[in-house]
Amino acid sequence: MLAYVIRRLLYAIPILVGVNLFTFALFFVVNTPDDMARMQLGVKRVTPEAIQKWKAERGYDKPLVWNAAASDGAQLTETIFFSKSVRMFAGDFGRADDGRDIAREIGSRMLPSLAIALPTFTLGLFVAICFALLLVFFRATALDFYGVVLCVAMMSISGLFYIIGGQWLVSKVWHLVPISGYSGGLDAGKFLILPVIIGVFGGIGASTRWYRTIFLEEISRDYVRTARAKGLPERVVLFRHVLRNALIPILTGVVVVIPTLFMGSLLTESFFGIPGLGSYTIDAINAQDFAVVRSMVFIGSVLYIIGLLLTDLSYTLADPRVRLQ
Amino acid sequence: MSIQPMLLWSDILLFVLIASIVGLMLWARRQEALRAAWGRVARNGVAMAAATVLAAFVLVGLLDSLHYRALLPAQPGATARYAVEVNSALDALLADLRLRAEKTYSAPLATHLFAREALENSTQREFPRLQFGGMHLGANLAGHEFDLALRLSRGVAGGLAVWLLLAAAVCRWRGMEFAALLRIGSGGNALAAVSVTLLAILLLLGVAISVGGGYHVFGTDKVGQDVLYLSLKSIRTGLLIGTLTTLVMLPLAVLLGILAGYVGGWVDDLIQYLYTTLSSIPGVLLIAAAVLMMQVVIDTHPDWFATSAERADARLLALCLILGMTSWTGVARLLRGETLKLRELEFVQAAQAFGVGRLAIMRRHILPNLMHIVLISLVMDFSGLVLAEAVLSYVGVGVDPTTISFGTMINTARMELAREPMVWWSLLAAFSFMFALVLAANLFADAVRDAFDPRSSA
Amino acid sequence: MSILSVRDLVIEIPQGDLLRGVGAARPVDGISFDIAAGECFALLGESGCGKSMTALGIMRLLPAAARASAGTVHFEDRDVLALPEAAMRGVRGGGIGMIFQEPATSLNPVLTVGDQIVEALQLHAGLSGAAARARAAGLLDQVGIPDPQRRLDEYPFQLSGGLRQRVMIAIALAGEPRLLIADEPTTALDVTIQAQVLDLLDDLRRKQGMALLLITHDLGVVARMADRVGVMYAGQLVEDAPRREFFAQAAHPYSVRLFAALPDAERRGGRLATIPGSVPAADARHPGCRFAERCSDVMAQCGSAPPPWREAGDGQRVRCFLPGAAPAVAAASGSEPQAAAAEERPLLQVTDLKVHFPIRRGLLQRAVGAVRAVDGMSLQLMPGRTLALVGESGCGKTTAGKAMLQLLRPTAGSVRLDGVELTACSTAQLRPLRAKMQMVFQDPFASLNPRLRIGDIIAEGMQALDTGGAKQDMAARVAGLLQQVGLRADMAGRYPHEFSGGQRQRIAIARALAVNPQLLICDEPTSALDVSVQAQILNLLSDLQRELKLAYLFITHNIAVVDYLAHDVAVMYLGRVVERGTADEVLRRPRHPYTRALLAAVPRVDGVRSEAPKLAGDMPSAADPPAGCHFHPRCPLADESCRCSYPVETLFGATHAVRCIKL
Repeated sequence: MLAYVIRRLLYAIPILVGVNLFTFALFFVVNTPDDMARMQLGVKRVTPEAIQKWKAERGYDKPLVWNAAASDGAQLTETIFFSKSVRMFAGDFGRADDGRDIAREIGSRMLPSLAIALPTFTLGLFVAICFALLLVFFRATALDFYGVVLCVAMMSISGLFYIIGGQWLVSKVWHLVPISGYSGGLDAGKFLILPVIIGVFGGIGASTRWYRTIFLEEISRDYVRTARAKGLPERVVLFRHVLRNALIPILTGVVVVIPTLFMGSLLTESFFGIPGLGSYTIDAINAQDFAVVRSMVFIGSVLYIIGLLLTDLSYTLADPRVRLQ
Repeated sequence: MSIQPMLLWSDILLFVLIASIVGLMLWARRQEALRAAWGRVARNGVAMAAATVLAAFVLVGLLDSLHYRALLPAQPGATARYAVEVNSALDALLADLRLRAEKTYSAPLATHLFAREALENSTQREFPRLQFGGMHLGANLAGHEFDLALRLSRGVAGGLAVWLLLAAAVCRWRGMEFAALLRIGSGGNALAAVSVTLLAILLLLGVAISVGGGYHVFGTDKVGQDVLYLSLKSIRTGLLIGTLTTLVMLPLAVLLGILAGYVGGWVDDLIQYLYTTLSSIPGVLLIAAAVLMMQVVIDTHPDWFATSAERADARLLALCLILGMTSWTGVARLLRGETLKLRELEFVQAAQAFGVGRLAIMRRHILPNLMHIVLISLVMDFSGLVLAEAVLSYVGVGVDPTTISFGTMINTARMELAREPMVWWSLLAAFSFMFALVLAANLFADAVRDAFDPRSSA
Repeated sequence: MSILSVRDLVIEIPQGDLLRGVGAARPVDGISFDIAAGECFALLGESGCGKSMTALGIMRLLPAAARASAGTVHFEDRDVLALPEAAMRGVRGGGIGMIFQEPATSLNPVLTVGDQIVEALQLHAGLSGAAARARAAGLLDQVGIPDPQRRLDEYPFQLSGGLRQRVMIAIALAGEPRLLIADEPTTALDVTIQAQVLDLLDDLRRKQGMALLLITHDLGVVARMADRVGVMYAGQLVEDAPRREFFAQAAHPYSVRLFAALPDAERRGGRLATIPGSVPAADARHPGCRFAERCSDVMAQCGSAPPPWREAGDGQRVRCFLPGAAPAVAAASGSEPQAAAAEERPLLQVTDLKVHFPIRRGLLQRAVGAVRAVDGMSLQLMPGRTLALVGESGCGKTTAGKAMLQLLRPTAGSVRLDGVELTACSTAQLRPLRAKMQMVFQDPFASLNPRLRIGDIIAEGMQALDTGGAKQDMAARVAGLLQQVGLRADMAGRYPHEFSGGQRQRIAIARALAVNPQLLICDEPTSALDVSVQAQILNLLSDLQRELKLAYLFITHNIAVVDYLAHDVAVMYLGRVVERGTADEVLRRPRHPYTRALLAAVPRVDGVRSEAPKLAGDMPSAADPPAGCHFHPRCPLADESCRCSYPVETLFGATHAVRCIKL
């Protein structure tokens, strides 16, 4: 088993390298730094000096991958590739356009993101699984039918609608919580409760339906028939037998997103003014701050790969066939 | 000729898509198993009702894809010149709505603007009259409600009349009772579901035409454009993103998925590495990065595009391409897994025992048995993509700001949420249209999946 | 005093769609029988006759779509169908236990064996904690699982198929039921394991006085186990008889034909009796006898009214208009199959064939060992003859067949077809040779591509190997082949799903024949088919052999089939051939202890039990075969010397070779 984990870890390295090369190609080869400068400074009033200055400020004035002018190994290190891409592995993301250190910024914004994403995720998971079990318990009845119809209707509504409608109803009409904002400490609760509820609400439709499908697939298996033939009540069949087995496919979809919770949610954070990584990313996109976007891509992949690893590990906990072989 | 027909790239692709769907349907008619599956879809009332709604949306989208440039008034001695503005058949049909722009916001069915303004000949700030909404009433605003009711009933009557004509024709042709066309629910049939849905659509259409002739049914937006017109124009964008995206990624996903699954070995390793790497970048970020880069390319090459419509179109296509490139990994993974199973089946081994080549086996034995998965993923992805467009446009990495779409509508409208009283109608119109489209697509997709996927026939 | 009494039970599955109105299929249509306490009643029937549905109906475990629409089921004077669900749960497990066909899927994969037994003990015996665990261990011991304490903490996937079925039995026994329903309990098991499980069931029944409702399609199992037999056909019982009377003189024409369709040595070279047509669909309506359209003794009244029950003898009842017993079916009992003239050169010569699959483990996925699926097997097959490769699942016989065809490249050894060394050929060089050898697969549903027409399926080989000629010639050839295998030429335009299992297997045979092969490797071609259909396919194969001088390598686990059609037999155990010779030599005078045990384990229709010792335990893993003779851990003759080295071949006569040092 240890060998298995180590092998999965080793397998992650080429993937990270691949992501790194891909982002490098996307950000520096598809468009040259000159193009980016021209675009950011405005196509019309651009002078070669301004471009040069823009590039120098950001460290984009080096050669891409090989610095023929340098010497003693600096041919490789004094390049955009090394300073902008390779150094990411060391956690050095450089500076944003506003001059702040990206790594520090990310560190300080992770917590607010997590404060929203984690409760949304756990609550959403819990609620959706409960609903799905309810529908499955009453399968092939009117409750099941209308439940599924409700799920399909709910997943056909844009996520933006949930946010806008929720803010309007809860904050503007009912005046229950502030419409947006954030503060640290215990005070955060009143700012967090609405985005969390909206997040849970918006996700219920799709996930309930998905879990229901998984449960129904499990429930048609032979071992469920065996369990019933023992005389077990339906409740025990569902909770002890079906749920345990359904956990395995559910884990595939669920565990992988846990680390990416750090990244926050773009929409929620920007609508509710939460100073997390999601709103950081959106601001960077709107301001066309390439350095920040590049860093977020890299961090996102790292977290996703950690998620893949966790998924593999969670299998070994949930499935004895994986654990013992 | 007073117009110059024009084909945007997205039009060409859309028509290619329609042609290939028709072609696929003809092919499927010859395939027993597929025909049986479509038969199951056709007997499903909910699916057929959803298909009717989708067909209405597609019709609007297709009309909006017949583009032309109008001939400018001839100048003596000069060769014929065409307008820079590119219009579509839909624009021509909706010329009334398109051209009757007000100054700024007005509520649905209103006769006055939404905000007070200082009028020219008055010192007070008043709600100015609309230029077009309720214009026919003249100064006599007392008749407003009556006029609305009249128009409403006229619209309903018109819609009903058209439906009755159609229904009579169908009854005559199929030799069935008229009542059968209304018998929905248990004991009813799929044709009834279609006819009732059609009735609803015709009634809405009748009302929209009748009321929309004198008022702005959904009000107007910040620059006074009719919101109904904007909503209808958004349909094409939604449809394009929902379909072209899957279309551009399918060939790649199918090819790589089958290759990885059937050939195995280092080819499999390489393809798996490729899609694991791509899918490890969070979707929104990858799209955002790629769209930012695409913007740079488009902005630094203004000379590539003759008209702004072409530029917006190129951006739309590029967005489809980017969305497709980021989402092919899921389908490829699915197809690889299915190919691995098929490869072990005995009919593949029987072909190997005859020495049939790898390519022929993949073409004859693997690919046809994967088509249902391809189809299912096509219809299942559609609704997600339509919803994604709105979010991406909100984030600022969606379609060109000049392209009318649900996303751009919502994006411009949400600025006004803080206003008192609220400007709610453009949001509501965009969300309603999107909801109708996505719900229909979801219901239809469910039926298709149930009919084609043997496992889900629970 | 009957413990279970079923009266006129009808099970319906509503069908039909919205456009065509509602109908209902009736997989069980008015069935009545009684089981006395301690009695073993066997429900015998082919697939789709409704026997499993009946069992599920009694337990009220029908699939969601089906329901018991009429009739009553009384268990110990309680009306089972009228019980509230809560009380029914006491009957399930507590009064009636049930075991199923597939032990691999019928146990929950993520719960330990102990958990799954204790669960039932808590419910029905009120035990918990250590007491429950101790009782569970006792149950495992009772069903003959060695080392029960350790097994309690294991998961189902860690057990072999036979052990899993024993665990299923232990679970069923936990509630101390008075009736055990066993739905095809040994169909998924190998014949030596089947013998163990049947012995266990018989033993438990006698010791505990438990009644047994045994559902099976296997006449041999019925003969071994049952006190009384009910024969089911198309949702109804057609005959109900004590075992002795049934096997002495079956009364219903259908029962008679089931016996006549059984292949065995007496019918060698002759044709098996077959039942024309197929079982009627479950939604068909029958004014008369359900079997009328397939019955050769049909009379005018058979089509108009359902036949009433008629006493046919001592406790024997039959549902047939025929007075007296049904006439025996003239099964042309035959001469010895004419052995093709012994030619000098074998068509297929396999020498020391090995197929190993590497096991990769650890950090770098280095091969740390190998599954020796085929580990040095040798055999030869003369033109026009049939060689049966016999063995239990996992012995490597299918792998060997595929390796001979070069569908899998062998790890070592030589395969010569007509003198040409195949293992040395490249893919391109192999192509022309593939016309000489073809394969017929086991599963008729997986072996035809559902997206191709029958004509295209059959023509595929001709196209690939360029033997078909022009397009018209090819179409004519396809039509000819279809007729040759007993189908109509106009079926070429249809798709596979329109055909039954037997017809599909005919199509698969036509596809293989299309390229005029000399050698046909048949991998369990009839194991997925019912007995009556199996007879049709076996008849077809022997006809084709006579006409086309084909050589067959017949891979099977079914000894009866081997006895019926093979000229030569090779018995495989764990990747090696342990005994080979002519059919007479191997099947009549077996020498290897494994062969003897294998033959003894087959339940015989005449009910005669073999004296040879039963095999204990399971076949070891091919990844880690025992040292020396692979069979020694299970062998009654084995001693120290057997562990030293793998035995060399000992010849008894010209053709009979055995690998055992104890002979």
